[in-house]
Amino acid sequence: MPVNKEFVKFDKVDKSYDGKVLVVKDLQLNIAEGEFITMLGPSGSGKTTCLMMLAGFETPTNGEIYLDGNAISSIPPHKRGIGMVFQNYALFPHMTVYENLAFPLRVRKIPKDEADKKIDKALSMVSLQGFAARMPGQLSGGQQQRVAVARSLVFDPQLVLMDEPLGALDKNLRESMQYEIKHIHESIGVTVVYVTHDQSEALTMSNRIAVFNDGKVQQLSSPDELYEKPVNSFVAEFIGENNTFNGEVSDISGEKCKVKLANAEIIANPISVKSKGDRTKVSLRPERALINPKDKMDNIHNGKIEEVIYHGDHTRVRINLLGNPEFILKVPNSSANLDIKLGNEIKIGWNSQDARALDPK
Amino acid sequence: MSSETKQILTTDGIPLEVSLKKAERKNKIKAFLLVAPLLFFLIITYVFPIGDMLFRSIDDKMVTQMLPKTFKAMENWDGQELPEEEVFAAFHEDFIKLVEDKREGKLSTQLNYTKNGFKSIIKKLRRKSKSFEEGNYKEQIMSVHKRWADVEYWRAIKRRAPEFTSQKYLKGMDMYVNEEGKIVSVEEDRRIHRVLWLRTLEIAFFVTVFCFLMAYPIAHLLATLPMKYSNLLMICVLLPFWTSLLVRTASWMILLQQQGIVNDFFVGIGLVADDNRPEMMYNKTGSYVAMTQILLPFMVLPLYSVMKTISPSLMRAGKSLGGTPFVAFWKVYFPLTIPGIGAGCLLVFILAIGYYITPALVGGASGTLISNQIAFHMKSTLDWSFASAMGLMLLSGVLVIYWLYNKIVGIDNIKLG
Repeated sequence: MPVNKEFVKFDKVDKSYDGKVLVVKDLQLNIAEGEFITMLGPSGSGKTTCLMMLAGFETPTNGEIYLDGNAISSIPPHKRGIGMVFQNYALFPHMTVYENLAFPLRVRKIPKDEADKKIDKALSMVSLQGFAARMPGQLSGGQQQRVAVARSLVFDPQLVLMDEPLGALDKNLRESMQYEIKHIHESIGVTVVYVTHDQSEALTMSNRIAVFNDGKVQQLSSPDELYEKPVNSFVAEFIGENNTFNGEVSDISGEKCKVKLANAEIIANPISVKSKGDRTKVSLRPERALINPKDKMDNIHNGKIEEVIYHGDHTRVRINLLGNPEFILKVPNSSANLDIKLGNEIKIGWNSQDARALDPK
Repeated sequence: MSSETKQILTTDGIPLEVSLKKAERKNKIKAFLLVAPLLFFLIITYVFPIGDMLFRSIDDKMVTQMLPKTFKAMENWDGQELPEEEVFAAFHEDFIKLVEDKREGKLSTQLNYTKNGFKSIIKKLRRKSKSFEEGNYKEQIMSVHKRWADVEYWRAIKRRAPEFTSQKYLKGMDMYVNEEGKIVSVEEDRRIHRVLWLRTLEIAFFVTVFCFLMAYPIAHLLATLPMKYSNLLMICVLLPFWTSLLVRTASWMILLQQQGIVNDFFVGIGLVADDNRPEMMYNKTGSYVAMTQILLPFMVLPLYSVMKTISPSLMRAGKSLGGTPFVAFWKVYFPLTIPGIGAGCLLVFILAIGYYITPALVGGASGTLISNQIAFHMKSTLDWSFASAMGLMLLSGVLVIYWLYNKIVGIDNIKLG
């Protein structure tokens, strides 16, 4: 059976709360069946609004949302059959874990023995067997979170929405929950739409990531592509760490362009610059620049070490390079033999392929 | 194991427990001194008056002290026939003393509580007793009025002999101890208190129900509206709360009277005929309307404070899991508001059960409550012990309701804010 590429489809969706500002602008987004897609963006970027429109708690001001080919704007939330995990779990505090999980099954009038089987299955999926009789208040944050996930899956929805579900957990728990949710997704093949503002969460879990800003999807692509090949400077800066040079294109030819900085010139990969004289912001990932490069690289410049910060597995080095005092390098701990000392002059090199000349913004 | 049983010492060699107590004693004293004024205030204004009330309601020493010799002489009297001469002589002796102290009026009031008809015959006896001759008091007293020759009245006197009595409580339930010493109800047409108790419970119950029905949506709106609207609404709820109770009751009188605004409106829209205006005041309707309005904030505020804490995502979760809006409300939202409902209902019911001014002003004869009867005995008949007895019955009624509530809902399931 071919996978439905347009299982969820946002078709030219606009949303405004006050009639003056558009929170979501002309959103066009297709989500394939079985996909794990993350909506990532700063707060106020419209990602949660999109999720709420999909869940049915908000209505699009314009446009239509399709679920499996059916327009759903006029269907109330309880008839959409979409599972949802809320930011603060939203477990019913007056019901036991069992009753919480039984709620969606009871309203669907599923017979008790069948419901019990489903509940057992859902609880074992999140490894919480034996917790059925507990009240939510007696569980830790991580356990509550897992109950919330189990509850959103227990009635076998085709689509599950997750609204920053790990936001309230501490760092270690958050990481282990990320893997757990990812594995659940892989094992049952449900379509997941996940909202977060935490980029590492998004990179770890998703098949595809939609980066939101200003009510628009800035880039929709797989995690590695998003990180390696950001299409504009917002995405480049929002995802991961980034070194930037502001300048002006002085020469452009095919795969390469020359960018004139205040007092130097670098070679970059033209992504969103078209012609000579365009303003641009060149973006370079810290790990793509090397100290004293042995390979032949087309950008090699001298810089002065301003700060050295020890990070355990790696060392961060801040360098004043080509007039940018905030140039960051990540040096793996194995290369401690390098001459990294405060105040030293060192050679930095990178390939022009990795220096992406983006919009100036 | 040995480390557990061994006493732990501080570095000074003092046992840790002793040292801890010593260190905390100062704090404990400080804490006590901080609450001491309130404790003192409560004892004076609360514990002491209630104790006094309890004592007053069962205390019957007054008559005992006024007629000491009579009661002593009556000890051997079986109450079947008229008492012997010695009882009359003792009564005469006590009575002369009372007349000298000008206290015979009090005696007549007290005896009149026990049996009607004492007032006039004691007055008459006082007048005639000035011309009494020595000896044969039985004949002389009996000749004053024919009631003095009635054994019933002497039995009534004897019933006042004990120092403590439960008769005020019995009277509060329209019962009394009859001639044979049995507890019986008074005649049907003289039962006034039972009707009042039932009416008090009924009005308090329905006022609580009406308050609940009206407050629930208001509180929900208050808890869910955006701040700027909810603040305005909150002021609308609280504004009557800040107005004097008398003013509010008086304004209901203006609204509800037969020529009042509400009736004018009904006539104006043709709902009722001009010559057939319904009576909405000086009956139960008046009490219901005015008390519901006045007690409404006591229901709104606890409900609001509970609803405020219920996350809106719970209702959303209920809906997203497939519950219709009604199911989500009934299974998720409503159970979570029960602590607020309990607090509000208990508060309104207890306030309503002891309500006084409003029913007195708009209740009329059929809308007054037991508290109005208590006030009547405090102010008009001056039978304070009866008023105390009824007050305590009211208090115990409230305690019973509290106990029932605790049994059914659980008192820790209550939330006032």
